[in-house]
Amino acid sequence: MIERDAPPARPARRLSFSWAGLVPFFLFSALFLGLPLAFLALGSIADNKTGAPTLANYGALTTPTVATAFRNSIEVSLVTAIVGGIFGFLLAVAVILGRLPRILRSALMTFSGVASNFAGIPLALAFTYALSAQGIVTLLIKGIGINIYAGGFTIFSKLGIEIVYLYFQFPLMVLIIAPAIDGLKPEWREAAENMGATGFQYWRRIALPILTPTLLGSMILLFGNSFGAQATAYQLTAGQVALVPLAIGNQISGDVLHNVGLGYAMAMGMVAVMGISIVGYTLLQRRSERWLR
Amino acid sequence: MSGGGPAIGSRAPGALESVATSSVAEDRPRRNWGSPWAWIIFLIGVLYFTVPLIATFIISMRAKPLFAGYTNSFADSRFLSSLTYSFVIGLITVVLSIALVVPTAYWVRLRAPRLRPFVEFVTLLPFVIPPVVLVFGLIRAYSRPPLPFTNTDIGSSALLVFAYIVLSLPYMYRSVDSGLRAIDIRTLTEAAQSMGAGWFTILVRIILPNLRVALLSGAFLSLAIVIGEFTMAVYLARPAFGPYLALLGANRTYEPAAVSLISFGVTWLAMIAIALIGRGSRTRIQVGGAH
Repeated sequence: MIERDAPPARPARRLSFSWAGLVPFFLFSALFLGLPLAFLALGSIADNKTGAPTLANYGALTTPTVATAFRNSIEVSLVTAIVGGIFGFLLAVAVILGRLPRILRSALMTFSGVASNFAGIPLALAFTYALSAQGIVTLLIKGIGINIYAGGFTIFSKLGIEIVYLYFQFPLMVLIIAPAIDGLKPEWREAAENMGATGFQYWRRIALPILTPTLLGSMILLFGNSFGAQATAYQLTAGQVALVPLAIGNQISGDVLHNVGLGYAMAMGMVAVMGISIVGYTLLQRRSERWLR
Repeated sequence: MSGGGPAIGSRAPGALESVATSSVAEDRPRRNWGSPWAWIIFLIGVLYFTVPLIATFIISMRAKPLFAGYTNSFADSRFLSSLTYSFVIGLITVVLSIALVVPTAYWVRLRAPRLRPFVEFVTLLPFVIPPVVLVFGLIRAYSRPPLPFTNTDIGSSALLVFAYIVLSLPYMYRSVDSGLRAIDIRTLTEAAQSMGAGWFTILVRIILPNLRVALLSGAFLSLAIVIGEFTMAVYLARPAFGPYLALLGANRTYEPAAVSLISFGVTWLAMIAIALIGRGSRTRIQVGGAH
């Protein structure tokens, strides 16, 4: 980002104090971001008994229960990022370019703001009321002869978590992707049509290639959003599905792994996955700015 | 284009209309109705969005007598006390967050632009550190001397506020920073200084009023997030609204449905407030959330 701010007015004398105004901010960050993170990081490379440096805690991440939690978390996040990303994109295209009444667009944007923040306990409860074995929707479609629970489905499962997570995933996608779709210039389409391109060819050869970095970047953000989510799954499954945030939560409540260091290593593993996804998002975002904006 | 007229070079992006069909002639009769596939996708979205809410509403109305789910909730003293607790915590969070972020963003723009990448990096860290990891670290760091926050009620609540400030940092900072971009802080500062104003006066009487929109939208978003927040509150054992709702959901039938809808309504109000505040403002408002 290029900033146009002029250099400080009186650089010669003020320079040494230019950081002084940021002391409260750095103090706060150090105390409530840096210190907790340092505790986890140091704990993750320390032996539980002796405190000596070790990598054994990270090695323990491969124990079956922990590995399963990571696999489940990554799977749920991947599925909801891809499905939520695609459907959110289609939804945004529908209201922005689909010639729907204008009011639907602003309604969807406001609602997306609400829904992307409507997570946690109330969301899990809402889906329980709709899709549990005695849920309204389950009974309703049972009435017309479809018993979704006969096939072994339950809302308190991995698939159930995915269905519920989508409720905040694709509104978030709508919010992130809408500016990019707005950025598609009408001239591009007109130029393509003038050269005889069909609507499909325009999307295949022009619009989608331009949007691809933004689409991928947004999906990565969705991945991180789902990976860090804890409250919704906590309420929904009561711990029946092993996810990393739930495992860390259990570790806070009591040393359920009987290995404090492993808890720290799990937390650091989570930070690593999130960090990689944010870096990926930033890189793709930078690339997408070549055409959009 | 759909109108069949000549292509016009500089149209506003929002005026873009035709994409679904390529035939100009077929376009005309349907143009006011939108393309069918757009409607189908939109309706699927509406269905998915509304069905869980409708189900929640139906359950909440099954209580006998009617509205008992709602009246029982309001009569429950823990409902009001937990909601009040979360609201107060939310307000304190917003005030402290503004007090922390505004001077920082102002100072970065005015005096320390070279530190900008570093400050931005720090404000984005909460995206990388999930709430459950942050609260884990906070508890381990502050449950022992020299700073045994978690040993007392007030200490735990203070820790919760600090955690929420961290949580709201990305939204607040970006909101305030884009607000500052829209005003000429250098000229305002120099004008105020030439009339003898000190830093505190400049911040409180010049910068803050000019950031109204950015601050209010950041404040409402933070409030909406904090009031329903569960993870941090439950592990710090605070009597907040999120943990109360979780407990209710495990023990009662109709009341949690009613309370869920109320909580949805609170989020809805916050977002409408943000939309109203942002109307006609050049400040870009962020409404993505954290879970």
